[in-house]
Amino acid sequence: MVESKHQWKAWLYLSPAIVLLLIFTVWPIINTLRMAFLEGYSTMGAVGGITYNFGIGNFKQVLQYKDFISCLTNTMLLCVLTVPLSTILALLIAVCLNAIKPLQRFLQTVFFLPYVTNSIAIGMVFAAMFNMVGSAFGGENEIIITAGIINNVIEFFGGERVNWINSGSSYLANITVMVIYIVWNALPFKILILLGGLQSINKQYYDAAKVDGTSRVRVFTKITVPLLSPMLAYVVITGFIGGFKEYSSIVGIFGDDMGPTGDPRRLNTMVGFIYDSLANHQGRASAAALILFCIIFVVTMINLYVSKKKTHY
Amino acid sequence: MSDKTVKIYEKDLHDATSKQRFVKVGVQVLIYAFLILMAIIIIFPFYWMLISSVKSLEEYKQTIPSLFPKEILWSNYVEAFNQASLGRLFMNTLYVGIVSTLLSLVITVLSAFAFARLEFKGKNALFAALLATMMIPGELFTITNYATVNSFGWMESFEVLIIPFLVSVFYIYLLRQNFMQIPNELYLAAKVDGTGDLKYLWKVMIPLALPTLISITILKMMGAWNSYVWPRLVANDEAHRLITNGLRNAFTESTGDVNIPVQMAAVAIVSFPLFLVFVFLRKYIMKGVSRSGIKG
Amino acid sequence: MKVELQNLTKIFPSRNKKSNEEVVAVNDFTLQIPDGKLVGLLGPSGCGKSTTLYMISGLQKPSGGKIFFGEDDVTELTAENRGVGLVFQNYALYPHLTVKQNILFPLQNLKGEYKLSKQQMLDRAYEAARLVQIDELMDRKPSELSGGQQQRVAIARALVKMPKVLLLDEPLSNLDARLRLQTREEIRRIQKETGITTIFVTHDQEEAMSISDMIVVMKLGVVQQVGKPQDVYDDPTNLFVAKFLGTPPINVFEGRVENGTVYIGDDAVMQVSGVEDQLVTVAIRPEGFIPEDNGPLCCNLVSLEVMGRDVSVVSKHAAAVSPIIRSIINSDAKIDTSAECVRYSLKPNKIFLFGKEDEKRIYFEVK
Repeated sequence: MVESKHQWKAWLYLSPAIVLLLIFTVWPIINTLRMAFLEGYSTMGAVGGITYNFGIGNFKQVLQYKDFISCLTNTMLLCVLTVPLSTILALLIAVCLNAIKPLQRFLQTVFFLPYVTNSIAIGMVFAAMFNMVGSAFGGENEIIITAGIINNVIEFFGGERVNWINSGSSYLANITVMVIYIVWNALPFKILILLGGLQSINKQYYDAAKVDGTSRVRVFTKITVPLLSPMLAYVVITGFIGGFKEYSSIVGIFGDDMGPTGDPRRLNTMVGFIYDSLANHQGRASAAALILFCIIFVVTMINLYVSKKKTHY
Repeated sequence: MSDKTVKIYEKDLHDATSKQRFVKVGVQVLIYAFLILMAIIIIFPFYWMLISSVKSLEEYKQTIPSLFPKEILWSNYVEAFNQASLGRLFMNTLYVGIVSTLLSLVITVLSAFAFARLEFKGKNALFAALLATMMIPGELFTITNYATVNSFGWMESFEVLIIPFLVSVFYIYLLRQNFMQIPNELYLAAKVDGTGDLKYLWKVMIPLALPTLISITILKMMGAWNSYVWPRLVANDEAHRLITNGLRNAFTESTGDVNIPVQMAAVAIVSFPLFLVFVFLRKYIMKGVSRSGIKG
Repeated sequence: MKVELQNLTKIFPSRNKKSNEEVVAVNDFTLQIPDGKLVGLLGPSGCGKSTTLYMISGLQKPSGGKIFFGEDDVTELTAENRGVGLVFQNYALYPHLTVKQNILFPLQNLKGEYKLSKQQMLDRAYEAARLVQIDELMDRKPSELSGGQQQRVAIARALVKMPKVLLLDEPLSNLDARLRLQTREEIRRIQKETGITTIFVTHDQEEAMSISDMIVVMKLGVVQQVGKPQDVYDDPTNLFVAKFLGTPPINVFEGRVENGTVYIGDDAVMQVSGVEDQLVTVAIRPEGFIPEDNGPLCCNLVSLEVMGRDVSVVSKHAAAVSPIIRSIINSDAKIDTSAECVRYSLKPNKIFLFGKEDEKRIYFEVK
């Protein structure tokens, strides 16, 4: 009696969520699979009455597509560079924060600051910091009015200024700027999680190690890191997932062109590729999205497997 | 064992005392130096944004930059505000943010309550299915949703900015976990007293889960404030454009010879509400974040 | 190694910022522990015994006073340089390491001339493991062990580096009753075999009495009495010590001394000399009662609890401080349960007199 009443009640409460999920989550999953395997599919064409063959043509096409390969390379490169770098830095900062008393709360707040920012807006700040104002970069009549604060600092320490993001800048310089920005952006979340993990480690392990005369380095590698490994795994996995979906930080620095003036799309990513083809080439976009999903899935599984092997206790 | 026992550390005792103090102080100094250096690097972009936003274009372009502006030019802010029509963007964003947060809270609370307290067939399977969708990157949905909203005739409207993202499986999950911690006896007692579900929800569950609801509200509002990709795809017109898009649109050039002080002033205006949120509501964000790993 | 504490004091700043009250956890503690002894620090919770232990280990810094290991002043030395072995109350075994790795851990820290080869380390680890009889469990993780086994691993880890001093913080408190008995014998055996000066902390007087060479009774940061367990039991310096030691606990009465006679209520129980007339507290050990038909002390019988060899007699007395008094008598003794009161005569060496105000022992001679 009460049971059956509950039944319809539960479904009533769930109905708004379920209707919206069916339209905007479940249907897209089915539809993406469908479109990905209909060769050359486009919604416009389908509406116009064109029929498409079933097959893996979209995947073949995407993988042979030069643009996609460059997107894939950019994404992978950024992932491989930023995830370890930001994790190691965050770990160092978290461990140091955990080791001090005065200023701890203040510094903790400072390190969390970049989390609550708009990645497009702050991207523009970074762009300004790396931006050179001048003309004819690299040319004979090169005139530099202001080299940007980063170059000013480099020159102050006796280095040579670099064309980071302007017309004629090198791929390496562009990637460096992106790595710096992405790491800067990724730090707060990682520090927050790792510091939380550190603070939940029982202090007695450290007392025990101290009584046994354990050196700082050994305490770090043999106690802190293993006991923190679930948090580290979490941070690395979410880092990779976020890294493979990198997009708006590049828009923040380079604008919608996803590259320096004169070389648009140079820094395009997998997500950028999907957005570029989403209006007219749905088949291609779907195939790319599935590839992205598979990569994320595989990387996550590998991470989980490795961290399971390392952390079982 | 005993004869060896005494020997092993004895030699160290005398000279270790002064050495250990020296090492300890040294390590502390290194730790502070590292942390303060990193903190400066973290803070610097904000600082640069602020001082650049009040410089004149001439001062900004000096070959040797000034670390403090010689004169403070507030007019940059006025110019930025007008150039990017930030007022309009601000109202649009606020509208989308508030409406979507309210609707989203209602949907989330009802669903979380059903999953946490009510018994129905297939509950666990449904919940597991929902959680499974969290693994799929959102970009995969966007392709079809773009076509869907197009066929609904929603392009360039507020609906398109609000409705597709009302349901967040993560928020339902978060709130359900919170609801589960509230003892079931309270619910049963309410039943015995003849209190209806909705009244119970309103009087007991929501007050107890308030911190989570606040976290969700903040994250949702920040989501509207920071969203860029979807609004650019579906509602990039004057009437419906959101703030992040408007900012990027108004200053398409971020490199080269552009009026960076005005641009920085616009960035500072856009960042300011976020900064307020950070100052006053930090703990709610931290709480939500440490369980999510999702930005915005 | 001989351990010496000189005027050791620990003051914690007040936790509450508004009040400036400091907490004196340990106050002017002076003690000499001869080499190779097993010493129990005993007292109720909050008496400063654990703080003392942590100061000896170096994990906490004294606010005043000095600590000597042998002839060396180690007061300023941090824990890592003291070379003590410490067994934590909840063991603090590294959860991600196996038993073997846990025991090897301290050895792998050794540097320079003390560095051991892999084989030497293994030998030592197995030696320590055999000593505590866990050499069969070496490849398990701590989570796969019982509480008693974890305890042994913790002891092995503390012993493996051959410490000068072994410190145990409430070593038995996390074990069930049966294991507790067994483990305390183990600790005694291990200490005897290794000959390491051992200091342990406990709130359980029976535990401390049963295995220690020497006990230190503490209260509110102040040492009350130091001595061999039996000596302290037989000759407590104050009421606190008398009450703290012994199960069942000592029976306490309000009494007075008048003209060389000790009265409990109106019962004149004993003739003494050398004590001035005054109000006193009379404390009688449970085994100090002898049932006798014309004994001086008259108690109202409540119940008899037969415990095999002995009988525990529960009774009441108007002058008793606690609601009941408990005496242990031989089961051969006959007690008339129908009588109005049980009459006892008392063993003089089981009776202690304490000042009414200062609770200090008043010594007397039996007439």
